[in-house]
Amino acid sequence: MRFRRIWVMFKARNWEFFRDRASFGWNFLFPFLLVAGFGILFGGREPTAYKIGVFPAPTGAVAVASLDLPEAFKETRFLQFVGFASQDDALEKLRHHKIDIVIRTGPPPYAYWINDAAPNGHLAEKIFQASLTGGADTALLRKGRITTAEIRYIDWLFPGILAMNMMFSALWGVGYIVVRYRKNGALRRLKATPLTAFEYLSAQMLSRIFLLMFTLVVVWFGCDLVFHFHVEGSLGHIFLLFFLGSLSLTAMGLVLAARGTSEEFTTGTLNFISWPMMFLSEVWFSLEGAPGWVKQVAQAFPLTHLLQGIRRIMNDGAGLVDVWPQIAVLLLMTGIFLSVGAYLFSWDQ
Amino acid sequence: MTPILAVNNLTKAYGPLVAVDGISFAIPAGSCFGLLGPNGAGKTTTLEVIENILPPTSGDILYKGQPRSRAFQNEVGIQFQHTSLLAMLTVWETLQVFQALYTDGEDLDALAEKCQLQEFKHQRHENLSGGQRQRFLLALALVNRPQLLFLDEPSTGLDPQARRNLWEIVHAVKASGKTIILTTHYMEEAQHLCDEVAIMDHGRIIAQGTPEALIHAHCEGVTVVLPRHSFRQPLETLPLSVQEMNGAVHIQTSNIDDCLKQLLSCQVDLSDMSVYSPNLEHVFLNLTGRHLRE
Repeated sequence: MRFRRIWVMFKARNWEFFRDRASFGWNFLFPFLLVAGFGILFGGREPTAYKIGVFPAPTGAVAVASLDLPEAFKETRFLQFVGFASQDDALEKLRHHKIDIVIRTGPPPYAYWINDAAPNGHLAEKIFQASLTGGADTALLRKGRITTAEIRYIDWLFPGILAMNMMFSALWGVGYIVVRYRKNGALRRLKATPLTAFEYLSAQMLSRIFLLMFTLVVVWFGCDLVFHFHVEGSLGHIFLLFFLGSLSLTAMGLVLAARGTSEEFTTGTLNFISWPMMFLSEVWFSLEGAPGWVKQVAQAFPLTHLLQGIRRIMNDGAGLVDVWPQIAVLLLMTGIFLSVGAYLFSWDQ
Repeated sequence: MTPILAVNNLTKAYGPLVAVDGISFAIPAGSCFGLLGPNGAGKTTTLEVIENILPPTSGDILYKGQPRSRAFQNEVGIQFQHTSLLAMLTVWETLQVFQALYTDGEDLDALAEKCQLQEFKHQRHENLSGGQRQRFLLALALVNRPQLLFLDEPSTGLDPQARRNLWEIVHAVKASGKTIILTTHYMEEAQHLCDEVAIMDHGRIIAQGTPEALIHAHCEGVTVVLPRHSFRQPLETLPLSVQEMNGAVHIQTSNIDDCLKQLLSCQVDLSDMSVYSPNLEHVFLNLTGRHLRE
């Protein structure tokens, strides 16, 4: 292995990226537009479905009929009830915008909690109050507030958008580019030189990670100027998690790039992997109340672990020790993806 | 003296299709060896197997008398027939990147001078004309000061002037002592550049030797060519051996005086007559009954 060869291929790939101005600009503009669009204009959630956390109740999706809540409320459309064993569990999810309101089940007086930072919480509260019309019930209502520091929706959403952007950039920037080079014969030309597959793939990975981290820093601080994010933990730890995430997502891109000369097939494969990953890794919405198997599938995605770790640091002030499971999974996935990608790689098939 | 490259009984098959069928040849150091043949003859496949781009189905390839080692890739230069390069780079940057992949390197300024790249070396390589691109690809193949240079159809698609220009550069490379192996379907190119030629057809070498020796062995005298309408009578009635191809009648003769007398005696109109000395095209024609570019 010669570092000089890795270094020149790293530089060549970076030149290509920075000189392709349309693609370069889009990499910065896309996440900013998403944050602006969803964070400011719409509050970020679908407008008609509300997640109602109830306790004490069996964990997960619950049978509405069995809940001891006002009948009119239970019959309201577009509500999804999610059960929690304890008040603490439910409030923790409320803080993280995974549910919109928490209600204690049982005979009146009912008690409920909302997150003041969440627009949907206020709407869910109005629906709950409306279902109690009839005098005495209203008087029995008790409203609570979450006592710990609230998490703004934008602070919950922003890491998700950055991680999603990182995922698309890693998968397409490696997977698609390498397949394109294989199809047009550029890889064949490189194969005719002393460059080894390991050196070539290392350069591709390092270049993409460098570009991902560069984009991340620019977008993070650019958006921070406008949105003033609240970071409970260490920014350095967040960027370290992002680095590990970029490592595993880029390695995943190498697996997709290992074989194939059809850009159309690769596009399909990339979409097949990236879209479920985007929806199931809690970038946009929580999986609270989703079937168990959906949650298990989500665990197979590096984006899930990346986001869990970053949100814990950013929203809860967790340290590296607290997120060691996420770090371990990301490193493990990186190792597996790299091994598979290197084993399968072909210059021209 | 050990040849710089020896190919023994090389075969390359894709399932039932045999692209290269048990060919053998050896190339002395410092010479230019040409694989001449029509499209689909197996020239490029042969070259890519030797270059280590494709695995052989069977056969031996010896470089300096030994099986090819990791050093082989470092000591050879390759110009592909069709290739793409790293996008968005200038000619100069691409030369720098490729040179850094090797342990030895040519002086890039001298190389740019030799291959006439100076005028456009700071342009993106995607924007070059056909002739500029071929000279650039040749420079790329020379960037590591190779001992053995592979040129796959180096002048295909070029206009005659650009082709001559490229030949001059290849001549200069050859004069510097490098060994060259090239494929072509232009007989002029093979005749102009090669010390030895192997004529390939359907994956096999059907003749091999110096261009002069091949012509001497497979052609007689000169070729007289006349349009078909110059003949009033059926060709079978002529007292000469003739071949009709693409509306023209070809007559090979070792005695041009006798041939012309016979044509005149048959009242053939000679006003559109052309007379050609034999070349490798005629060698291929005589061996296969087809033209190289059919």
